[in-house]
Amino acid sequence: MKEMICIVCPRGCHLTIDETTLEAKGNTCPRGEEYAKNEITSPMRTITGSVGISGGIHSRLAVRTNRAVPKSKMFEIMAALHACRVQAPVKRGDVIIENVCGTGANVIASRDM
Amino acid sequence: MTKHDIVIIGAGPAGLAAAVAAYEAGVKDILLLERDCEAGGILNQCIHNGFGLHRFGEELSGPEYAGKYIDMLKSTDVKLQLGTTVLNIENKIVSAVSEANGFEQFEAKAIILAMGCRERNRGPISVPGDRGKGVFTAGAAQRYLNIEGYLVGKKIVILGSGDIGLIMARRMTLEGAKVLAVSEIMPFTNGLSRNVAQCLEDFDIPLYLSHTVTKVIGKDSLEGIEISKVDENMKPIKGTEKYFECDTLLLSVGLVPENELTRQAGIDLDLRTRGASVGEDMQTSEEGVFACGNVLHVHDLVDYVSAESERAGRSAAKYVLGTAAAEKDGLNVNVGLNLGYTVPQRINRVNVEKGVDIFFRVRKKIRVGEIRVESNGEKIASFKREFLAPAEMEKITVPKVLLDKANGSITVSAIDLEEEAK
Ligand SMILES: Cc1cc2nc3c(=O)[nH]c(=O)nc-3n(C[C@H](O)[C@H](O)[C@H](O)COP(=O)(O)OP(=O)(O)OC[C@H]3O[C@@H](n4cnc5c(N)ncnc54)[C@H](O)[C@@H]3O)c2cc1C
Ligand code: SF4
Repeated sequence: MKEMICIVCPRGCHLTIDETTLEAKGNTCPRGEEYAKNEITSPMRTITGSVGISGGIHSRLAVRTNRAVPKSKMFEIMAALHACRVQAPVKRGDVIIENVCGTGANVIASRDM
Repeated sequence: MTKHDIVIIGAGPAGLAAAVAAYEAGVKDILLLERDCEAGGILNQCIHNGFGLHRFGEELSGPEYAGKYIDMLKSTDVKLQLGTTVLNIENKIVSAVSEANGFEQFEAKAIILAMGCRERNRGPISVPGDRGKGVFTAGAAQRYLNIEGYLVGKKIVILGSGDIGLIMARRMTLEGAKVLAVSEIMPFTNGLSRNVAQCLEDFDIPLYLSHTVTKVIGKDSLEGIEISKVDENMKPIKGTEKYFECDTLLLSVGLVPENELTRQAGIDLDLRTRGASVGEDMQTSEEGVFACGNVLHVHDLVDYVSAESERAGRSAAKYVLGTAAAEKDGLNVNVGLNLGYTVPQRINRVNVEKGVDIFFRVRKKIRVGEIRVESNGEKIASFKREFLAPAEMEKITVPKVLLDKANGSITVSAIDLEEEAK
């Protein structure tokens, strides 16, 4: 049995999961069960960060992956963000990097600028 | 002096939601004043995700959440005036200053306070030792990094385990800094459990509970930090010192509602929340002045900020349109056992349709608990709750039928059922 806090939403349910049968308890909704299973098999995280922007009101543009990516790719994705620079104007939701590090996820803009 | 139906101070998530709700409730002449160069408040620097699951059913980053409300605002005729700092409120006259217009005054029928909160800095918590460069509040470091692109240090110790500190521990690690320790004086964390899991555990950042900073070393710039374990009376225990060589100390020791304007206006403040004392309609002790969001009490979830602020916006609209109930059937809300505070602090039952939401924080961790509502020593409502913690704001909804049993006042308390069973 492994105990963990579900991080999918701020409720933070206390989950327990059987590492062999992958049966989860303590989740309030189905997303918690999926989270617990993933944590055992292949942990996933949404990555948030920023990229440089020229011609905007600030020098950094907030971005995020449009869905969770393997936790093991976190630092590789950060390096891709560091290497990236965009030009204003940008709209919230615009794709900044397609299929980032081969994860199938896109990096999207978090705001207009 | 120009006249407006409603003047709102602060265009963070609270001010934005209040403006949109008041507009939708039928008041068209609304002025929203913001000192920053853009709307969105603190959310603009909170680039991590975890916002909006309640409100929008999807997980958004702070700027995305703010962006959705800014879009809603744009679809109304609410006038947003940026770069304008409010200096004073007196008798429904709001005085403000801006680079564009200089000193200005606005006369309002109703005012909504939505100024948010500020971070505690090391003044009030007195960190001992030298005063070199390299000490920042976590929120200031967040703003530098996320908006301006400066990483304030490479080797970091964080004092306090509030959410901002936890979020910054992850953020700076991802940006290549090394977070050596998070030191929390209490035996429990001040942040959400999910942030401990995804910000510290994911990166093997050690969390020292019941530890505090006992020495800050470095004359011109920070060179190191010593932390020690504390006893039950929060006194450092000799011989437990640990030393970390570091260039940065981040303080994440809590937020305080920004109520300078409220105090000057002579509005009653609640010593527990450090915000205005309000009714279920978010009205303060001054008629026609409403408050919502972090200026009222520190929230950890912006979704609750929006819900509360929409209520404030609707109440202000009713007040302006003259449709607010004139009669009063007031109940005071008292803080009982194990409770830190409640919002609202009073309830006018005339305004309650189906039920009333009462927000509160507990003062200690309770695994299995009961939230009890009593009036004159008699139990009128009870709610089962698990895993209550001071770091997490909780809510109960008391149905009108039960509220009608109360007389004069109600007292809300949190019973630790495991302790009671012993
Ligand atoms: C670091 C951090 C991390 C957070 N993480 C999360 C999270 O993961 N999930 C979540 O749901 N919530 C989170 N929150 C909480 C959420 O962001 C806040 O509760 C919310 O922003 C509060 O909204 P507000 O409008 O009351 O205050 P603010 O956002 O602070 O807005 C107040 C506004 O008022 C303006 N103002 C103040 N005084 C004046 C004046 N005199 N004149 C004119 N304008 C003025 C300010 O410039 C500001 O724009 C976090 C908060 C912080 C600080
Ligand atoms: S189990 Fe569901 S409700 Fe509980 S924290 Fe996870 S996502 Fe949220």
